Amino acid sequence: MSDAAALFHVEDVLLVSIRDDIDDTDILDLQERLSESVARRDVQGVVIDISDLEIVDTFVGRVLGQLAKIAKLLAADTYIVGMRPAVAMTLVELGMTLPEMRTALNVTQAVRRLRESR
Amino acid sequence: MSEIPQDGQPVGRVPLATNRDVARARKAVGAVMDEGRARPIQKTRFVTAVSEITRNAIVHGGGGVLMIYAHALPRAISVACRDEGGGIENVEEAMRDGFSTAGSLGRGLGGAKRLVDAFEIESTPGGGTTVRMMSRT
Repeated sequence: MSDAAALFHVEDVLLVSIRDDIDDTDILDLQERLSESVARRDVQGVVIDISDLEIVDTFVGRVLGQLAKIAKLLAADTYIVGMRPAVAMTLVELGMTLPEMRTALNVTQAVRRLRESR
Repeated sequence: MSEIPQDGQPVGRVPLATNRDVARARKAVGAVMDEGRARPIQKTRFVTAVSEITRNAIVHGGGGVLMIYAHALPRAISVACRDEGGGIENVEEAMRDGFSTAGSLGRGLGGAKRLVDAFEIESTPGGGTTVRMMSRT
């Protein structure tokens, strides 16, 4: 696994930052690291920052959706933050509205919502 | 949907063998669009479409090559993505959202077509598939 994604634990929230040059292999690695991390530590919420991603195609969209589903089974809620407006418009045209995913504008807003929902 | 003009000058070539090449193809096309001062939304749409078709060429077509062309009048960028795979039996069916032979979402081809200004696909069973797409810049 390269440094295409970074995972940080802040209290009971797992912050995931994805870099723009992430490729298909990295993102599948990330799926594994993230699920292990959620299961091992007492993680209540996962916040995935995609502000660095210039594009999200159907593959990345599908993996992000799967990450959220896996985290849910491991009792953690997932927020996607930092989606660029152009990425949101493109995802809608691809027919990917990602219903399993909650979104927030930034990390602060996502963490606040995670705290409120408890 | 318009036709892709034949006046394109080749400005890039990305061999497609492993899934890391999808990221390379995105980067190469993005760089050409930056040079041509494409609008950010145009770039996002076209690079996303390129990501879809190059992944298809690797996953379903066993690899191939992506050619990138610059057009002067009207100013545009186009790509031709060719694979040497088994071809698509029913192109019309493959373009439809939800159609997939690989357990994926099946939104790639139809989605890519919606994101570009021109889209052409040529496929013969046993003879590989070529997808051409254009975006005005």
